[in-house]
Amino acid sequence: MTDYDAIIIGAGHNGLICGAYLAKAGKRVLVVDGREQPGGCASTRELAPGFRLSDCAQWLQQFDDTIVRDLDLKSAGLKLGAGKRTIALQAGGDHLTLDGDLLRGAGIGTKDQVNFQSFRQQIDVFSKLMLKLYRNRAPKLVDADWSDRMTLMKLGLGLKLMGKENMQDLMRIALINIYDVMNENFDHEGLKAALALDAITGTNMGPRSPNTVYTYLHRAMGGPLQAGGVAQVMGGMGALGEALQAAAERCGAKVQLGCAVEKIVKEGDRVTGVSLADGSALTAKVVISSADPTTTFRDLLGYEHLETGMARRVAQYRTRSGTAKLHLALSGLPAFTGLDAKALSQRLVIAPTMDAIESAFNPMKYAECGPSQVFDISIPSVEDSSLAPEGQHVLTALVHYLPYAPDGGWEAHRQATLDNLMRQLEAYAPGLGGQVVASELLVPPDLEAAYGMAGGNWHHGELSIDQALMMRPFPGSTQYRTAVEGLYLCGAGAHPGGSLMGLPGRNAAQEISKQGVLA
Amino acid sequence: MNAPQRDTMLLPTPFHSRVEAMCELNDWGNWMGYTTPNAFFDVELEYFAIRSTTGVFDLSPMNKYRITGPDAEAFLNRMVTRNVSKLGVNRVGYAVWCNDAGQVMDDGTIFRLGEQDFRLCSYQRADDWLHWCTLGFDVTITNESEDIAGLAVQGPTSCTVLTLLGCAGLDQLKPFGIAHFTFEGAPMMVSRTGFTGDLGYEVWVAPEQAEALWDQLFELGRDYLIKPIGSYALDIARIEAGFLQAHVDFVPSEEVVRNGRTRSPFELGLEWLVDFSKPLFNGRSALLEEKAKGSRYRFAMLDIEGNKPAEHSFIMKGDKVVGTVTSAAWCPTVKSNLAYAQIEMPHGAVGDELVAEIYYQRELHWTRLMAPCRVIGGPLFNPQRRRQTPAPPF
Amino acid sequence: MNQYDAIVIGAGHNGLTNGAYLAKAGLKVAVLERNPYIGGATVSRELHKGWYYSNCSYVASLLRPEITRDLELPRHGLQVVPFGGGATFMRNGDHLGAYSDHDRHYREIARHSKRDANAYDRYAADTARQTKLIRPYLLKTAPDPTSLKPRDLRDLLEFAKSFTSMGEEGLLDTIKFWTASVGDYLNEYFETDVLKAHLAGSGIIGTALGVYSPGTAYVLLHHYMGDVDGNVGAWGFARGGMGAIADALSKSFQSFGGEIICDANVDEIIVRDGQAKGVALKDGTEYHADIVVSNLDPKRTFLDITNPKDLPEDVLHKARNFKIRGSSGKLNIALDGLPVFDGLDPRSRLMAGDLHFSDSLERQERAYDDWKNGTWSKDPYLDMMIPSLTDPTMAPPGKHMMSVFVQYAPPKVEGRDWTDEDKDGFEKSVIDQIANYSPNFKDLILHCETRTPREIEAEVGLTEGNIFMGELTFDQLLFNRPFPGYAQYRGPIKGMYMCSSGTHPGGGVMAAPGANAAREILMDLKRPNTVPGGYADD
Repeated sequence: MTDYDAIIIGAGHNGLICGAYLAKAGKRVLVVDGREQPGGCASTRELAPGFRLSDCAQWLQQFDDTIVRDLDLKSAGLKLGAGKRTIALQAGGDHLTLDGDLLRGAGIGTKDQVNFQSFRQQIDVFSKLMLKLYRNRAPKLVDADWSDRMTLMKLGLGLKLMGKENMQDLMRIALINIYDVMNENFDHEGLKAALALDAITGTNMGPRSPNTVYTYLHRAMGGPLQAGGVAQVMGGMGALGEALQAAAERCGAKVQLGCAVEKIVKEGDRVTGVSLADGSALTAKVVISSADPTTTFRDLLGYEHLETGMARRVAQYRTRSGTAKLHLALSGLPAFTGLDAKALSQRLVIAPTMDAIESAFNPMKYAECGPSQVFDISIPSVEDSSLAPEGQHVLTALVHYLPYAPDGGWEAHRQATLDNLMRQLEAYAPGLGGQVVASELLVPPDLEAAYGMAGGNWHHGELSIDQALMMRPFPGSTQYRTAVEGLYLCGAGAHPGGSLMGLPGRNAAQEISKQGVLA
Repeated sequence: MNAPQRDTMLLPTPFHSRVEAMCELNDWGNWMGYTTPNAFFDVELEYFAIRSTTGVFDLSPMNKYRITGPDAEAFLNRMVTRNVSKLGVNRVGYAVWCNDAGQVMDDGTIFRLGEQDFRLCSYQRADDWLHWCTLGFDVTITNESEDIAGLAVQGPTSCTVLTLLGCAGLDQLKPFGIAHFTFEGAPMMVSRTGFTGDLGYEVWVAPEQAEALWDQLFELGRDYLIKPIGSYALDIARIEAGFLQAHVDFVPSEEVVRNGRTRSPFELGLEWLVDFSKPLFNGRSALLEEKAKGSRYRFAMLDIEGNKPAEHSFIMKGDKVVGTVTSAAWCPTVKSNLAYAQIEMPHGAVGDELVAEIYYQRELHWTRLMAPCRVIGGPLFNPQRRRQTPAPPF
Repeated sequence: MNQYDAIVIGAGHNGLTNGAYLAKAGLKVAVLERNPYIGGATVSRELHKGWYYSNCSYVASLLRPEITRDLELPRHGLQVVPFGGGATFMRNGDHLGAYSDHDRHYREIARHSKRDANAYDRYAADTARQTKLIRPYLLKTAPDPTSLKPRDLRDLLEFAKSFTSMGEEGLLDTIKFWTASVGDYLNEYFETDVLKAHLAGSGIIGTALGVYSPGTAYVLLHHYMGDVDGNVGAWGFARGGMGAIADALSKSFQSFGGEIICDANVDEIIVRDGQAKGVALKDGTEYHADIVVSNLDPKRTFLDITNPKDLPEDVLHKARNFKIRGSSGKLNIALDGLPVFDGLDPRSRLMAGDLHFSDSLERQERAYDDWKNGTWSKDPYLDMMIPSLTDPTMAPPGKHMMSVFVQYAPPKVEGRDWTDEDKDGFEKSVIDQIANYSPNFKDLILHCETRTPREIEAEVGLTEGNIFMGELTFDQLLFNRPFPGYAQYRGPIKGMYMCSSGTHPGGGVMAAPGANAAREILMDLKRPNTVPGGYADD
């Protein structure tokens, strides 16, 4: 008799979701994490006394509604803010607002307005098709069983049903870059850049990199997955982790925090449990890791427990990322030129043109800190006053692109980079610097250290087609199984990837249940 | 920069000056980028030197890797299919290694020089695979191919000749044993190993000692009828003795381009090298599955009627082609016409009667010969002196 | 008078091939050429007395041997001579040479890294596995996955079978290969910068992508899938320059009764009642035929010489969105003697191959960054050849002809058209790059022809100077080339066809598009096929 049916490594959102689903199915589940807080990247932290902010992920925009329902997360305490508009800040102060199908401001032309609607319609069609792929394990193509064939048939049928025109368009654009697709559709540089930003968030690619249409579609899955659109989690992202913990526990799972898994224990040919940092060892029928594949195989299991070809695949799995995080505690509401106070609750992006994004990307390729970056900004305290002392505010921004390891190490660059980022923000929000009570810049290695994500990559491994879908994370360890018996994956490193969807956790739980290994 | 001074395509081995001087036929081949003799004076006479006196073969182009460190044994155990823990210090083991799919990448010999000190001699270069195999293990790999010169000294009088060279007590060395001596003040390692199936040794020295070693060996061995041998003679001996050769009897799996052309150890008759009782090794799960489901091919040693070598022949069962020959030779000692073949399952079991379709020509007249053949259980040549300890004097 | 069965627009190698197969089938065919000479981008031109420049395309490997043999090109004077060697020169004075002998090549790489030298075998096998997949489809029409026609279904099934026979992991590795960047792909094998850079060049030549752009691993394949006498991946020179290919094709075409009309600048394809009827030249001359085949790139075909009112809206849309980007330039240089390169014996056989100066992926990617920023590369990637070391007809004895392919050169400089000053600046960056490694190079220059995308477009008619007549990215390959729904050589107008490199299987002087298009045309005419099938590639 094992201690548990399943031990899940990591109480991030995917780990908790997987645990909750399995527990709900009557399994004995332990979710264990070294951090004191649940949620992993869905985390809230105090930057300065009284200033709390989402210190990793800041937006919820593609969290699967069915998970919210299945696990009744609302009653477990999850509260989302209102859906956000995206305001693309323009140099002159006449900003561009993207509000559902509508575009406003910045001298946007009728042609762009019309094309925007048809573009969104087409993306909607594509993302609904992708949903069939995302809500299931990615099918095998050669060793396909009936369930894989079913998925493939559904996909084929979906392709046919979307009409020849759409089908041809999808085949054409699926592997190309967002830069070309934007240019094919729109004239307004600010609009193109605002949309392209979605395609590159958390990636190691610029708008001109082929594959960024795929990453854009990945982002666009928010449409069919999360009805309300981009939102902030009230109380900070950590509240999502807490709600998921509560839900998992309500389903009967045990959640043990503050105690890291040190090793995955393998006996003979199979994984039998884990050993913890406190020296204890626990056994289970299966171990499910929501840690990224690199951490799972290299650090927790150990390469020596894999056959060489698989070890090589792990070592070659790419986890670069250029996404950093800027956190500010502010003494008052910042003044962005051309925005009224109410608008500050919205999602603000600074990405003047696609070429500006590409130019921000270029230096990162050579491990350099470039002169200019692009920003995806949230001032959550406007909608959620609990996050900062009365009348004061917190600002978080996703910053693209900063390298993982600049020459001379980050300590030689951190202050200069922070100053540079502030200068860039001041161009849009004069006086912002004077309001700063506390600030920090989390660069990819910081994110790696804090959340255990190899390379600081938000997707637990670069999300480009050769590492996505049925190739995710790598051949031989797909469909949530691994090459090692008894070891499964349920994190963002598994299909369909990261950005707070919850699907890897949910799909993994379904797959593991279906295989009957917990019976 | 260390660009070679003269841009020759093939390199000389450390023995080259001596080999060249003795190579009466001036018949050269390319082995691993080195100029190596195909034959010195007469292939058949060279072959009989191995079987009746002593034949000397320059092994220097062999790929040699030093594997050291606390995890060296565990590293090799994960890499090869046999259990390296059972290999004592100063012992040598023949081994094959597979990729994850259980398909043979190469074969070679593992020399255990210390608890944490091994040398791997491989037919193929293995730097790349060894590098990936080190993931997770505390080992250091050094390519010492160019740092060690080697000679195979094989045949009934080999022990006597080497004893004269200063290898006192060599006759006590058991098969697959290693002994250490000095030669001209420098270390000389001798292993009772070889590729001929006869009594024989391999002698390993630094390249600086190579020429002196050759000279003294031939000086001291003269009365014992020592002869240099080329790769043609060695090939006959190895076929007679039952040894496989990479690129001839199988294609190393990482070089295979076409689907289905790789082979597992089972399909090469090397089941005895696969030890499922040790936990993890490359190819283990695939090989377990193959063991359960059955193999696609069987390695068969064929004794073929007549004396026409069955090179590249189709093997028939009735009207059906069931396999092809990979190696074939008329073996002069056992006076048999032997061949190795890859036979489709379920054919090719020991005792199975098959037919080899042999083509040969005499004075431009081609003949198609349907030669009956029989699958035999092991090499016909297997003399007592190969196993005897103490080794007989001649 | 002026009445033909078929008219082919453009006497490049594909137009001539197409014409030859149609004429061979008994059609009365005219190939119209805008320039006073034929060949398109497959030409040899004596621009400096005594020196012949292959001033566009410069090497041959992809030219389908089935076509060479079938059209009897050797009898019509074509000789393709393989070359060996090649090197990438390094900033530290060393170089990496390319040897055809396996073990010699091993030793050369081993100077830099033994592990890489050994991994090269694995790389070669893995890459060969991919070329094996694609080679059988070069002389075939790409099946349309949206079609339910028996022929498409049968071909798709066969296509699928060749993929599934690799097994699950093999198939996934193949998809990874097709979608990865050449930089990432090479990083999986090698640790040595110069080796990666040497190999990565084939992943970017002729494309507006960088070594880190996903999709470039396939471009590498495009340069590997050719062969000379069955040596897959080998490259050769056409003796007498690339014009020898066009010359032999034209003679073959004429031997079947075909007619070549030069100085014939097509203004518009004549369409009546939805049926192509011929072409009208800019000078007003008309040529009539019920079959009109365009060997111009898709943009020129649909946006330039076809009246938009004759085209469905989706084709105009697709033509406008067709990716055809100028990314390369070319210098052709007459030399007074053989240049000497640092660290390499001038007698070395390596000199006869492709020579490069970018010794790291980073330098190649930075060259691409310049292109993205709208300028020519300051530290350009060069694919440089001295064909006169292999072919004595290219330059007077003792003298040499040098062909320098340059990556990258943008179609427009910072958004405006190229000026002569820009051209001089571009030329200087290339000459300086070579001179950095060759002290005597500048002194040897007798004449230099510099071709930016502006010149290539103006002279040869390749839109933006794109040598492949359209990017070789997956969105424009196979059943997507040039556009989905029109990838079987048939245009949207009855009787109108396409046969340029803008169709499957793409550019690189293969002549396969021309032959494949002829097969489709003959099928529509219900005439016996004259186009050979591909050799079995086992």
